[in-house]
Amino acid sequence: MEELLGIRESYGEALAQIGAENKDVVVLDADLSGSTKTSLFAKKFPDRFFNMGVAEQDLMTTAAGFAAAGKIPFASTFAIFATGKAFEQVRQSIAYTKLNVRVVSTHSGITVGEDGGSHQAIEDIALMRSLPNMTVMVPADGIEMKKMIRHMLDFKGPVYIRGARNKYPKLFDDDYKFEVGKAVTIREGKDATVIACGYMVSQSLKACDILKEKGYDVGLVNMSTIKPIDTGAIIHAAKVTKAIVTADEHNVIGGLGSAVAEVLGESSPCLMKRVGIKDIFGKSGSAGELVKRYNLTPGDVSDAVMQVIRKRDGQ
Amino acid sequence: MGNDIKELEDIARQLRIDIITMLNKAKSGHTGGSLSAIDILTCLYFKEMNIDPADPDKPDRDKFVLSKGHAAPALYATLARAGYFDKAELATLRKYGSILQGHPDMNLVPGVEMSTGSLGQGLSAANGMALAAKLDGAPTRVYVIMGDGEQQEGQIWEAAMTAHHYKIDNLCAFVDNNGLQIDGEVEKIMGIEPLADKWRAFGWHVISINGNDIAQILEALDEADRTKHRPTVIIAKTVKGKGFSFCAGKVKYHGVPPSDQELEEALKEIGGSATPHQI
Repeated sequence: MEELLGIRESYGEALAQIGAENKDVVVLDADLSGSTKTSLFAKKFPDRFFNMGVAEQDLMTTAAGFAAAGKIPFASTFAIFATGKAFEQVRQSIAYTKLNVRVVSTHSGITVGEDGGSHQAIEDIALMRSLPNMTVMVPADGIEMKKMIRHMLDFKGPVYIRGARNKYPKLFDDDYKFEVGKAVTIREGKDATVIACGYMVSQSLKACDILKEKGYDVGLVNMSTIKPIDTGAIIHAAKVTKAIVTADEHNVIGGLGSAVAEVLGESSPCLMKRVGIKDIFGKSGSAGELVKRYNLTPGDVSDAVMQVIRKRDGQ
Repeated sequence: MGNDIKELEDIARQLRIDIITMLNKAKSGHTGGSLSAIDILTCLYFKEMNIDPADPDKPDRDKFVLSKGHAAPALYATLARAGYFDKAELATLRKYGSILQGHPDMNLVPGVEMSTGSLGQGLSAANGMALAAKLDGAPTRVYVIMGDGEQQEGQIWEAAMTAHHYKIDNLCAFVDNNGLQIDGEVEKIMGIEPLADKWRAFGWHVISINGNDIAQILEALDEADRTKHRPTVIIAKTVKGKGFSFCAGKVKYHGVPPSDQELEEALKEIGGSATPHQI
């Protein structure tokens, strides 16, 4: 049985830890602290926690005001509200100003599940990575989320971290080295390379195992920083395997797949395929059911890899 | 700073000249709303606020946010005169490479505390600054000028709730109530009245004044300083384009600069002069 770690629980725990170490850390939420787990910080540091009510635009610009005054604000709500409803506030007051606001969402992608398409952000990476000055990151497990949050104490500039509702399989140990902008090779392979982020990293790891049984040696890269993207890692993978598959729980338009395609197209063209949500909105259902319905299973990733390999080899 | 009312009126008069001169030179920009708000800015920067233009980042300083960012020329003229940057910069307004962008950029202009331009956001940012000061136990007070058309933005009322909920009494907001917005009269476009009642209902201490009267502005600021446990809003009735007959009370000059001829006549009217090289 694989060990699972909560992405949002890891976020809340990390906040409570860094809050104890640095009194400039303030946390703002928009009536979802129980869901985003910023409540774990709020319990320990009620004076530095600001519930803004159901008002995401005010949430983001108030956080910018805190940052302008030298604080390190973390602003949290569901991904769709953080990046969608408050997009222009994030643009004007956070990205344009280069302020040290950390926008950390939860409930991204279709694994939100039962709440349905209205609440499943499938476009947040696209929105955030199109903003100048914005760093965009997606943790692949709870350990990586904790490392990212700790990094945010000293990091300069605006950041979007895409969290999730669900628990993810544990991939890393406590000595995992996280660096902003640095892809991590999880598995080397010579036949093809999967570049994934978030939940799709563990799904893709299982895909690599399926492929191994079929006799294919497929590599896996955790691209946890979507912007600035690690172009070196992408070009290296393209040169070694000449067959790339991307996987993210996001619309295939504008997400990790697009970011990788941009690098490949400009620097090292090779065959590729994007596994992701095929430009359609989500629906209600259990996360597990939706992962199957929206073709985000390990089998879907391995099928995509086989397609690219066959195409490359002219079969 | 012990400037008396007469001195502040003289400063405001000079700033009005700077505003129309720089707008004429820029050939675009917002004349009306810069001129309606300049008396308030004069009182804040030359009397009320604890600031040091030689040390723009002075700890515990008071802060100002121009929520109606399109009145940037008024803020730039004020900051230049206060000594934050060389007055010669005013001639570069809206030109490529200038620190003086069409709307204020905190990363380019010394003394600008928050980048603004998209209406509705300044009050939220000011709330964040004021709350941060409270956390630090700092004496900082935060001032904001909003537009009256800007009252139509939903975020203003989100921020109004926040300031009341968190008892942000180190915050004082102005509404530059000149009655006009770009498409016409505020009450005809999307009525905001009864505005004082709205702010009162949101839990704010409300003061209504003539916002082009230095003595009334100073008195209201004193009252705001004394008001504890809740934020203060000063609803400042003003004349858009105040100071010059070519633009006073005229909708057209929301976003139109004075022509060469209008500038010349305006300078004669106010008994001032400014050649481009002087600003």
